[in-house]
Amino acid sequence: MAEMDTSSGGGHKKGPGVKKPKKLSTRVDLTPMVDLGFLLITFFVFTTTMSKPTAMNMNEPKDDPDNQLKVKNSGAMTILLGKDNQVYYYMGELTAEGASDQFKSTNFKDIRQIILDKKKGTPIGDLMYIIKADKESKFRNAIDILDEMQINAVPPGHYAEVDINEVEQLLIRKTEEANGIK
Amino acid sequence: MGRAKIPRKSTNIDMTAMCDVAFLLLSFFILATKQKPPEAVAVVAPSSVSSKAAPEKSILITLTKEGKVFLMLGDDTKKNEILSDINTTRSLGLSQSELAKLGKMSFIGMPLNTLKGLVNLSQPLPPDKMEGIPIKDSATNELVDWLRSVTNAYKGTNQKDLENILLVKGDNDALYPDFKNIKYALKKNELYKFKIVTNSESAPPGSELYNINKSGKSAEGETK
Repeated sequence: MAEMDTSSGGGHKKGPGVKKPKKLSTRVDLTPMVDLGFLLITFFVFTTTMSKPTAMNMNEPKDDPDNQLKVKNSGAMTILLGKDNQVYYYMGELTAEGASDQFKSTNFKDIRQIILDKKKGTPIGDLMYIIKADKESKFRNAIDILDEMQINAVPPGHYAEVDINEVEQLLIRKTEEANGIK
Repeated sequence: MGRAKIPRKSTNIDMTAMCDVAFLLLSFFILATKQKPPEAVAVVAPSSVSSKAAPEKSILITLTKEGKVFLMLGDDTKKNEILSDINTTRSLGLSQSELAKLGKMSFIGMPLNTLKGLVNLSQPLPPDKMEGIPIKDSATNELVDWLRSVTNAYKGTNQKDLENILLVKGDNDALYPDFKNIKYALKKNELYKFKIVTNSESAPPGSELYNINKSGKSAEGETK
């Protein structure tokens, strides 16, 4: 390590006329340099991001009251997003008398299979998923369900986000109460 | 008995190799990473299977957990245009120097009527103290005004260019109605396509998308 050669001169007997070149050590203490290096590494690790955020495309439909899309009852599945990451769904159209039978609750884990079953059992032309988010659902839920569509390779144009109506909101409240979700 | 004397060895280690490694790692991290862009507030984005990278230069609408909305305007030339546009359309009465001060702020998160007062504060307000752009109901949704100025500034350029840099970043726990209000503001300005910032995750094994990816075909579309 860094050592100064201080032994020069002292007590050395040089022969007359013999000039010995002084040997200086070329070694430098690198410890502080290593310290500095690792300090900078830590700094860069903490201040930078390795993974770039990705972006998901959103394509909102134009609001056009004259040009409403008609959906076949047999091919429609309505997915409702409630609070506490709960998912509710029903097939076709909600009827007044059969609402409690049609209306089912599930969660994000099981909805994948339900979406897939529906996709397999319906001719692609009739297939339509209607996504409605309740006012107490979270942003994550809305993204997750769109993501679920991608995971199940539902072709674009076969699912859409629609505003929730009061009947459905009421049903969600009722089911939440029955299931003890606060 | 003559005991074998263990020679005293120097405890000095050659640090050169270690130093080499340290600096190699250092240069790797400098080159391979990017500085975090300034963030208005901490937002945990939801994850999605989308694999497209988010554009760097962007007009970013941030929605926090508390439902506050912040707006970050892209590059400087457009930024000044946007700011002067909203100054005239909403008659905010900001002077040139006040506009310049506003331009230096990296993000906007206050109601329009408090803008003038905030710009003239000697100490800039920390982002977590800001109350956000009001979006709560459609009559006073000021994001509509901001986005109108944005579309005005980008008038003449390709609509696609604007759509490509329009980002919405929301926190996981933000409530859906707030997001709906943001969508309302976008739609009001005929911006139907935008991007949502997410963290990437891989498609779950066994799912349809996973099989498509594995077979080499790219997934058909993104969403909707």
